[in-house]
Amino acid sequence: MFNFTKYSIIYYIFSGVLIIASIAALSLFGLKYGIEFSGGSNMQVDFQDTKPSNDAIQGALNSLNLGQVTIQPTGATGATLQFKGVDEAMHQQILAKLNELATTTEKSFQYIGPSVGQELRNKTQLAILFALLAITGYITYAFRKVSRPVSSWKYGVTSLIALFHNILIPLGVFAILGRFYNVEITIPIIAALLTVLGFSVHDNIVIFDRIRENILRRGMGQFEETVNWSLNQTLGRSISTVFTTLLVLTSLYFLGGETLKYFALALIIGITSGAYSSIFIASPLLVTWYKRNAHKIAKTGKK
Amino acid sequence: MQQKHYIFIGVIILAIVAGIFSYPNFYNNGINFLNSKIGWTLPQFPEKPYVLGLDLQGGVQLVYQADLSQATDKSGSMSVLRDVIERRVNMFGVSEPVVQIQGQDRLLVELPGVTNVQQAIQMIGQTPYLEFDEQREDADTQKILDKMKEVQAVQEKGGDISKVKDWTLALQNPYFKPTELTGKYLTKASVAFDQTTFKPEVQLQFNDEGAKLFADITARNIKKPLAIFLDGASIIDTTGDGKIDAEDMYAPIVQDKITGGKAVITGDMSNQTATSIASRLNSGALPVKIGTPISQETVGPTLGMVSLQRSLTAGIYGLIAVAIFMVAVYRLPGFLASIALVIYVAITLALFKLIPVTLTLAGIGGFILSIGMAVDANILIFARMKEEIKAGKGLSQAIDEGFKRAWPSIRDSNFNSLIVCAILFVVATSFIKGFAVTLGLGILVSLFSAIFITRIFLMVFIGNWAEKAKWLL
Repeated sequence: MFNFTKYSIIYYIFSGVLIIASIAALSLFGLKYGIEFSGGSNMQVDFQDTKPSNDAIQGALNSLNLGQVTIQPTGATGATLQFKGVDEAMHQQILAKLNELATTTEKSFQYIGPSVGQELRNKTQLAILFALLAITGYITYAFRKVSRPVSSWKYGVTSLIALFHNILIPLGVFAILGRFYNVEITIPIIAALLTVLGFSVHDNIVIFDRIRENILRRGMGQFEETVNWSLNQTLGRSISTVFTTLLVLTSLYFLGGETLKYFALALIIGITSGAYSSIFIASPLLVTWYKRNAHKIAKTGKK
Repeated sequence: MQQKHYIFIGVIILAIVAGIFSYPNFYNNGINFLNSKIGWTLPQFPEKPYVLGLDLQGGVQLVYQADLSQATDKSGSMSVLRDVIERRVNMFGVSEPVVQIQGQDRLLVELPGVTNVQQAIQMIGQTPYLEFDEQREDADTQKILDKMKEVQAVQEKGGDISKVKDWTLALQNPYFKPTELTGKYLTKASVAFDQTTFKPEVQLQFNDEGAKLFADITARNIKKPLAIFLDGASIIDTTGDGKIDAEDMYAPIVQDKITGGKAVITGDMSNQTATSIASRLNSGALPVKIGTPISQETVGPTLGMVSLQRSLTAGIYGLIAVAIFMVAVYRLPGFLASIALVIYVAITLALFKLIPVTLTLAGIGGFILSIGMAVDANILIFARMKEEIKAGKGLSQAIDEGFKRAWPSIRDSNFNSLIVCAILFVVATSFIKGFAVTLGLGILVSLFSAIFITRIFLMVFIGNWAEKAKWLL
């Protein structure tokens, strides 16, 4: 039997470093929001023969007064252009200018007005808030019968800590990717992160459930051993589940095409850190908390 | 045969029907082959296509924001707006367009397969907005003219006109102000000919509410002009220079109170002009202004096709990888779970068609994700079974215990995911909604397949013989 809680201080430090790095990346670089959140235009084109250089494209569009135009190559002959919000007439002019450079096929065009972007940001924040509340509430409810030796709301709080851990780390990675590789936070990525919220709780629930069962079976003494025992029992399942999910996600990352690529990446990072945190953070935290309380009780002699 | 065998056969039939329904090509080709070879006349399985979102089949999505500041009955105006735009869009010849009210004042228009966006936007946005304006009080007129001068002076000096107090006043028509009567109350416009001059005229018919308004407005404006604007411009060319511009102003003097809701637009216009005005009014006098789209998304047909193919390829490889893993780790139960997983895919796809669920790229992402998660319940159960066998329990008892003891965790964790799906569905936009629906549906079906189907399989296939072949478990 592996003693998971023995070295919990090391796991806390490891996660702490990751979280601090993520927060640092987030505050230094910020998140690069896609145009669906910030408003603007996004245009995906494919040039028929040879792709003009970025400078040539910039030059061609200069006269149209588009402000800053970001050009990113996609594939061998394609490019993605981003600029301020334009109306349909201007959109057609841009297309005409590009066609003067080289025969251009437009693959997609997206324009998001500023109010729509703002609204979407608000909605997303609301969704995340609701999800967090609902999940904590549900876990507290699910564990209401196990209030000794650790009260049920503590399961909820540790799950919540693990949740922040699981969300912060992918966000940090995306802050870095955004800074250095122009990867943007888009709606699919938000969907992925919200799924991580739900999914990472799976692991916690399975483990907590086993703890609940073992407490009922073995009595309340030796809480730490019970937690360790439960972690060992569920380890195989934890690894298997994460592995099968990662299998489909890896397939999606490599084969699923441009839009789903970073969606899959967000899930891969989130689910991996979720599996880690449920074993090495959430359950050990319960034990640490329990020990601290026991210590206090021993000292004061009161409950 | 025992009861479990009947259930087993039922599951197999369900799986086959779901499989053929979700992908009828193989079956129908086979039937065609048999029919042509042997001369049978077996019926084909009816084909029902998947409903694909715009991002997968290509097309245009436009979102408009209606200006409801003038409207008294906001939701009523919106539904009239939707109906009018729907008529316009139908005239465009699009298959299965979507025109939907979103929130309070948004209108979503989806035109699958349309590539000429410019034309589409013109057809939708340039629908005429009919308004009847009455004369302003002289004091008001003076106020606006003064403000215009003030703003002009600031502008000439190169100053910021938005700093001028009440500067928006300068944008208004100094002589006329809008009344409550708009194209919303129009039921019909038609061309008729004056009895004596034989000149064409446009006859307007209002509904009851409009008729009342029109009577009020004419009553309080007797001997005064009443201006009629179409899209903020004069409805007909009054200066006779061949174009409608700011010089034109169609403002007939009201002779008497008009009851009955009939109005006539006369003037020096050709037969053709009269017809075009009438038809523009008929096909869509918009109840409220919508302007240009506040968001627009155009997806070319090839991009959607490529996305669809790629995500499906990814899904198939993912499915194969999961099946291999399950067989390698959990052997015979793993194999049975893999078959249950394939049935799961067939049932879910069939449900997508049946409900129908509009499949977007995010939706397919959610579905593929659910394939990976679907085996979680099985893994929990099998891991538990192995433990029970290790603890020395008999096979059938171990299977029972595995299902029984794993259930609370399965229930809690899946319920939790469903909560997240529900929140995503309620709060989020259409893109995430598609994801929430497929993932949520996937979770529900996976519970059925992982618990019910796998259990039946285990009960049917694992009998006493397996006691001697425990390596298979």
